[in-house]
Amino acid sequence: MVLETIVAIATALSESGISIIRVSGSEAISIVDSIFVSNREDFHLTDAKTHTIHYGTICFDGKVYDEVLVSVMRGPNSYTREDVVEINCHGGVLVTKEILELVVSRGARIAEPGEFTKRAFLNGRIDLTKAEAVMNLIQSKNQFALENSVKQLRGSVTNKIKELRESILYENAFIESALDDPENYDLTGYEDKLSEKCDELLSSMDYLLKNTEDGRLLQEGIKTCIIGKPNAGKSSFLNELIGKEKAIVTEIAGTTRDILEETVRFGDFTLQLIDTAGIHDTEDVIEKIGVERAKEYAKDADLIFYIIDSTYSLDEEDTEIMNLIQDKPCIVLLNKYDLQPILTPEDLAKIPQLSSAKMVCFSSKGDFVHPNGNASTKEEALDNMKQCVSDLLFHGGISFNDEVVITSMRQKENLKHAREAILQVKEGIAAGMSEDFLAMDLMRAYTELGLLIGEEVEDDLVEEIFSKFCMGK
Amino acid sequence: MIDIREKYDVAIIGAGHAGVEAALACARLGLETIVFTVSVDSIAMMPCNPHIGGSSKGHLVREIDALGGEMGKNIDKTFLQSKMLNTSKGPAVHSLRCQADKREYSKSMRKILEQQEHLTIKQGEVVELLTADVDGEKQITGVKIATGIIYECRAAILCTGTYLKARCLCGESITYTGPNGLMAATALSAELTKLGIKLRRFKTGTPARMDKSTIDFSKMEEQFGDERIVPFSFSTDPESIQKEQMSCWLTYTNEKTHDIIRNNLDRSPIYAGIIEGTGPRYCPSIEDKVVKFSHKDRHQVFIEPEGADSNEMYIDGMSSSLPEDVQIAMYRTVPGLENCKIVRNAYAIEYDCLCPGELKLTLETKAVHGLFSAGQFNGSSGYEEAAAQGLIAGINAAMQLLGKEPVILDRSEAYIGVLIDDLVTKENLEPYRMMTSRAEYRLLLRQDNADIRLRRIGHRVGLISDEVIQKLDEKEKAIAEEIQRLKETTVGASKNISEFLISCESTPLKTGTTLAELICRPELSYEKIAPIDPDRKPLADDVIEQINISVKYEGYIERQIRQVEQFKKLENRLIPEDLNYDDVQSLRLEARQKLKLYKPRSVGQASRISGVSPADVSVLLIYMEQYQQMKKNES
Repeated sequence: MVLETIVAIATALSESGISIIRVSGSEAISIVDSIFVSNREDFHLTDAKTHTIHYGTICFDGKVYDEVLVSVMRGPNSYTREDVVEINCHGGVLVTKEILELVVSRGARIAEPGEFTKRAFLNGRIDLTKAEAVMNLIQSKNQFALENSVKQLRGSVTNKIKELRESILYENAFIESALDDPENYDLTGYEDKLSEKCDELLSSMDYLLKNTEDGRLLQEGIKTCIIGKPNAGKSSFLNELIGKEKAIVTEIAGTTRDILEETVRFGDFTLQLIDTAGIHDTEDVIEKIGVERAKEYAKDADLIFYIIDSTYSLDEEDTEIMNLIQDKPCIVLLNKYDLQPILTPEDLAKIPQLSSAKMVCFSSKGDFVHPNGNASTKEEALDNMKQCVSDLLFHGGISFNDEVVITSMRQKENLKHAREAILQVKEGIAAGMSEDFLAMDLMRAYTELGLLIGEEVEDDLVEEIFSKFCMGK
Repeated sequence: MIDIREKYDVAIIGAGHAGVEAALACARLGLETIVFTVSVDSIAMMPCNPHIGGSSKGHLVREIDALGGEMGKNIDKTFLQSKMLNTSKGPAVHSLRCQADKREYSKSMRKILEQQEHLTIKQGEVVELLTADVDGEKQITGVKIATGIIYECRAAILCTGTYLKARCLCGESITYTGPNGLMAATALSAELTKLGIKLRRFKTGTPARMDKSTIDFSKMEEQFGDERIVPFSFSTDPESIQKEQMSCWLTYTNEKTHDIIRNNLDRSPIYAGIIEGTGPRYCPSIEDKVVKFSHKDRHQVFIEPEGADSNEMYIDGMSSSLPEDVQIAMYRTVPGLENCKIVRNAYAIEYDCLCPGELKLTLETKAVHGLFSAGQFNGSSGYEEAAAQGLIAGINAAMQLLGKEPVILDRSEAYIGVLIDDLVTKENLEPYRMMTSRAEYRLLLRQDNADIRLRRIGHRVGLISDEVIQKLDEKEKAIAEEIQRLKETTVGASKNISEFLISCESTPLKTGTTLAELICRPELSYEKIAPIDPDRKPLADDVIEQINISVKYEGYIERQIRQVEQFKKLENRLIPEDLNYDDVQSLRLEARQKLKLYKPRSVGQASRISGVSPADVSVLLIYMEQYQQMKKNES
């Protein structure tokens, strides 16, 4: 059976120094060889012995991507029993993604979730006595989530989800008992109780979802969009931020979307800074980029830095920007606050669109200043901004030990579906639907949460009915 | 011995609720059919409770009727009281329940059988199953009764109920009889074991019957039937069954009752370990209720008539296997039963039934070609569950002999589908009772739309006439057209409309809307908005019912339809019959054993077998893909 050559990033995308791209299939070696330049002259991976590691660079079409170590494992002595090549990249998240795309452009296909393991299984490599794992692998939507689903689903999450399920099941069993034996169990007034129960469930789920979001933000970085009118001082702020922190993980001018992304470590956070032009471009170019361009990026952003020139009054363009970002966590940066500002944080806080935004002032020289005008140290100002980010995105609290964090997309989707189902129960109660309809959505929530932790539904409900309620005449 | 061989197409063993449906289905499809019973006086006997229907069981009766069975028609003729349960709930859980006149029910059913062409009734205990080897497979060829007569047949259906090696227990008193003191069938179990069919023991029980004249009804709450009686059968004219109904009565146990039970538990055969069979949790004995739900200070007891001219009352809710002296003492603590006299005592009954994994979804046994089985023998309980299986087994035996496609209803089509799938696929450790919570797609499987769901299937097999289908087509057309019209007809926010809505305690309109939108409001319905819908044509009640449900619950129904589509994906992935599970690497041992035992028809069915995990299912799916490619490459 000839299978396509597949590729995926085999490590979790993180700030760790090395990411591994794994390629498997009959073309694996030749594909990687076509983008690999060894430091040894005339050496090709196609000639490499099995289980050897080679130093060189990834180059293609005249462009050098990264310095890498490439290991070659020839089938059948590999994980998948096919030829496997692993590229150890050093350039960080974005370079890794680029190399991945490059491998794909040379003829490999992105692996489906769990496909390496599926191959290993199909090729008779692993005897899956604990086949459960395979299902989880296959269900995981991507290779990263896969890594995470194992790591992240620590006992605490599982226990929390189990608690939620138990409580849903109990309500469901009560409803079903009453439907089955209406002369024995009465549902009068039960909606109120169920409604309360739904609120409890929703708040637990919201908490989990919030943490899920935190997990993503922590892991992948906070998508941050810098917007403001031309001349407001976006680029000087950006330079300031990057320059001062000196924690650039990578710096690549994007080729596909014509935007600039900067990965910046900002205290405990990683910011994926997005600006609408290259950082090395001139001020003039930035000025050409107006509100229109910023719009589409602002939509996706987790966080907005909105830069305002405090020496000018707000105009229509500002209003447009404010309308655009009103639902987003936002830090307003009042620039040129050391000159005679006519806008103050107090004024801005009164604008409805900015009611939940945080205000930070900084001077024309790029120094940060307190709103009262007194200069403070840059460190203090930066700490203040970090606190703003934390308040806005993590609601003040953030725990860096990995308790109750769900980062897998699949699990998050399950949780969201479960939440929707509970919301539908509430809608049902509000619309005066009878309990059998409510039970439908309750059961859906139960099933979704079951999928999240990989438990089956089976005959749980019937068991619960019999054990908790005295049935039958 | 004189060789008197009679030739039939189908032999039905047992004439309870499963047997009669099976026999009627086969005979109606033109097959020469013979039905055996240990007592012709016990045809369609109701040895336990005196009702037909109830939550989810009512659905089964409707489905039986839609497919061309007899149960619905027969109860319409013989009920004493009728009640639609759960009317304050959604339409999916409305369930019809009738109190039956037991003797009349049995008599009337016997008459139907007697009048049925191609059907022979024979009293006799079947003691042997005759088989022949055909192409390496056992094929049923006939049955032999205790008196030695052989009846040749091409198919046989086991509907033995609780009679196989039956034993009744009442405290220390044990009798080796079937229900009601009828003769047990003792020979057949060994015969089945010889054929490689595995059996197990199940247990169930029944409460006492009291002498009506010894009951003080003034201490109980009277329970009436519905004012407007709804028939079970789609072919019964509702007007023809409006009649005076008999009452039932409600009373309660109390701590005194419970004390007596607790103090005598050591004399209960179950608690003393004499009973080995597994009893049903949904129909617990009063001892079980007291022990397992000790926090409840009382349990309901319904007192129900056994027949219009019977002196016996059924004590619903207090089945027991305690000795009769304890029974008397315990019953007499219940208000209204202080001076009661027992006509027939409560007892538990143990019997042989099939082990899981012995059946195909057609209800044919895997061991013997042409041998089908239905009812309590398959591990179910309840008259309705039995009848449903009897009908399907009858149909499928007939389909096999006629060389036609079998009828396999899936979980999204009918409660019958859920019932049979559960019986065939799951390891039920107790007698299986239907429940609405077992039906994942119950919003679609309503008792009101059983005709729309199933009549065409009944028609395909030949049990439903062309005429009925023509009427059904018209009904469906009327429903669709009217819903279309309601969705397209708008009403404005005029003064008239507002006043009308206010009079219905509904919010007035701000802008125009459709009639369908109005019907969606909980306080309104198709009937209620008649005054503001002058263009409507008169429609039949059952058409209006469908319109109301379809319009009001559209969102929920659509969600459920999407779930069904999901479900069908795995259900439609059929597993090749020649697939060898030993070739499937990486299946866990338990899963492999279960899959080999159950031989599921589809991946969906495989996924419901306990012990087969989602991972095993994916392993199976991967293998099937490989297998297909292999086959492709070969050809």
